[in-house]
Amino acid sequence: MSINWYKFSAPASFYGLAGRLAPWFAWAAALLTVVGLYLGFFVAPTDFQQGEAYRVIFIHVPAAWMSMFIYLVMAAWAAIGLAFNTRLSFMMARALAPTGAMFTFVALWTGAFWGKPMWGAWWVWDARLTSELILLFLYVGIMALWAAIDDPRRGDKAGALLALIGAINVPIIYFSVQWWNTLHQGSSIKPTGSSMDEVMLAGMLIMAFAAWFYTAAVAFVRVRRIILERERHTEWVKHVLESA
Amino acid sequence: MNPHPVLSVHGLACARGDRTLFTDLGFELAGGELLMVQGGNGQGKTSLLRLLTGLSGPVAGEVRWRGEAIAKSREAFHRDMAYLAHANGIKEDLTPLENLRFQAGLAGRGFDTDAAEQALRKLGLARCLDLPARVLSFGQRRRVALAGLLIASALLWIMDEPLTGLDVRGVALVESLLREHLQRGGMVVMTTHQALTLDGASVRTLQVGRREDA
Amino acid sequence: MLGFLLTVIRRDLLLAARRRGDWLTAQFFFVMVVSLFPLGIGPEPELLKRIAPGVVWVAATLASLLSLSRLFADDHRDGSLEQMLLSPEPAVLLALGKAIAHWLIYGIPLLLVAPVLGIQFALPAEAIGVLVLSLAIGTPILSLLGAVGAALTLGLRGGGVLLTLLILPLYVPALIFGAGAVDAMLAGTGVEANLSLLGAFFMLSLLVAPWVSAAALRVSME
Repeated sequence: MSINWYKFSAPASFYGLAGRLAPWFAWAAALLTVVGLYLGFFVAPTDFQQGEAYRVIFIHVPAAWMSMFIYLVMAAWAAIGLAFNTRLSFMMARALAPTGAMFTFVALWTGAFWGKPMWGAWWVWDARLTSELILLFLYVGIMALWAAIDDPRRGDKAGALLALIGAINVPIIYFSVQWWNTLHQGSSIKPTGSSMDEVMLAGMLIMAFAAWFYTAAVAFVRVRRIILERERHTEWVKHVLESA
Repeated sequence: MNPHPVLSVHGLACARGDRTLFTDLGFELAGGELLMVQGGNGQGKTSLLRLLTGLSGPVAGEVRWRGEAIAKSREAFHRDMAYLAHANGIKEDLTPLENLRFQAGLAGRGFDTDAAEQALRKLGLARCLDLPARVLSFGQRRRVALAGLLIASALLWIMDEPLTGLDVRGVALVESLLREHLQRGGMVVMTTHQALTLDGASVRTLQVGRREDA
Repeated sequence: MLGFLLTVIRRDLLLAARRRGDWLTAQFFFVMVVSLFPLGIGPEPELLKRIAPGVVWVAATLASLLSLSRLFADDHRDGSLEQMLLSPEPAVLLALGKAIAHWLIYGIPLLLVAPVLGIQFALPAEAIGVLVLSLAIGTPILSLLGAVGAALTLGLRGGGVLLTLLILPLYVPALIFGAGAVDAMLAGTGVEANLSLLGAFFMLSLLVAPWVSAAALRVSME
């Protein structure tokens, strides 16, 4: 047998590592969420302009940050996979996408909840919301492509290429939407960043870290499932499944 | 083993989906030799041929042309190689002659109209030169593709079931083409389900996948 | 190298000339989509003038996607795509040539039809000029980026719809700058900024897209 064992062994060892790390990340995420929500909903002062409704930003802003961050991380894994042909990187990209789409959706949803008291409408074509919407389309496109391709090798690379060209395009899309927004004199009400309380900032940062740990934990769990599925014919997976 | 292998294959492994088709496959081929790839349906004959052309990449191992991996010397290799696939690569809206002209242009070769017409006549298509390929029968289109192979003047022919759709005379024609090509020092890697008489040619066989015992 | 590129383009042009039906379908699709809008929202000239740039641009993206789904599919089916990838010439030239051919066949007719649609939508002459100019810079982007999607979805079930899903979000900047230029003309603000941004996006697409399409073709053919 002269199969390249290097390529085959990487997912096998990572399977164990991911399994050991996932619970820790999940606990960290839970803990930080509790602290962050406590700060956000009980400690942070009521905004004199927006009342209590503004507190949704403790979920909205970290979700929006994560949605873009995860897309970039996913594209980075895709680039590594294409450059070095490492199968684990493609699996990581696949494991991240659903969480990224989820955060994009959460950002849009909470944005609507925030928008209602702020702008008096559930949806306004604000530059940020519009960019998030297009980001959601990009996530959906990649996941649809993965779903349509049965062959894992082709799917990995095709999705990676799409993620890459998407990542090159994301800043341009973001800029063009900003441009479009100013051009059309839309409802470009900026969130009141002037009186950003230190507690508020701390709350948002903690929630962002919570989201990060959550993403990692979920991605690890998901990548383990992908590894098992892909390698189900190998000896080590049979061993794992029998001992379980 | 041959003193001067031109095409050599080392430790090739191929997987389709999560099925491993073959591992550790190797052979060497020198000028004037024909390699007959054998194996049942779905055992990876076509996959092997596509690996040899460089259209797909192997899970492990490599294909070398004149001692260099084809992934590195792709350009030189593709200049020397012609591939007759399952699909003929013939555009239905073009005449046989136009098809050959574009094939030559796309392969970066010069095009000699007389030589192309001669090749088409040799393959019994003298009356079809100005007809769109749409109206040709399946066997006739196969002959157009074979004519393309002839004028490509490649050293290595990789042929996937070249006899499909050909009548008895067509099969005899292919046999004579193969013999001529081998006598000129050409090389052939091919698959076929039909019997082929190539007396005098140096023919080797390669079994792909498990033997058909079950 | 140039010979190869020209052969790829000439081949597609000849094939399109032999199959004019397919070609006409795409043009009529464009005209029909645009013509549905006045029926949907009413014939007031002021309203039509306001929406004309966006409508024409959106219809152009949809029309290009309609024809793009077959950019590589026909060659894939009859096996000639395999043969082209086995050419000693680089695949990136193949991808570039196919995109250029697509623009020549399906992009340029849009430019020629657009003035007529502009008149239907009560656009003033200068605005029609800008519309055609923006389409002239923008439709090559549609062909270049669309070729990536066509290569990625090659031979997949429901490839056409999937292609739309993958590529439409990438068209957003072209749509914004292209329609924005005409809007700026109507509003009396300068069109240069929009057109230069559109031009920059075109240059970037020209530099990046053929490489990605070529890589995608190789992936899809494996």
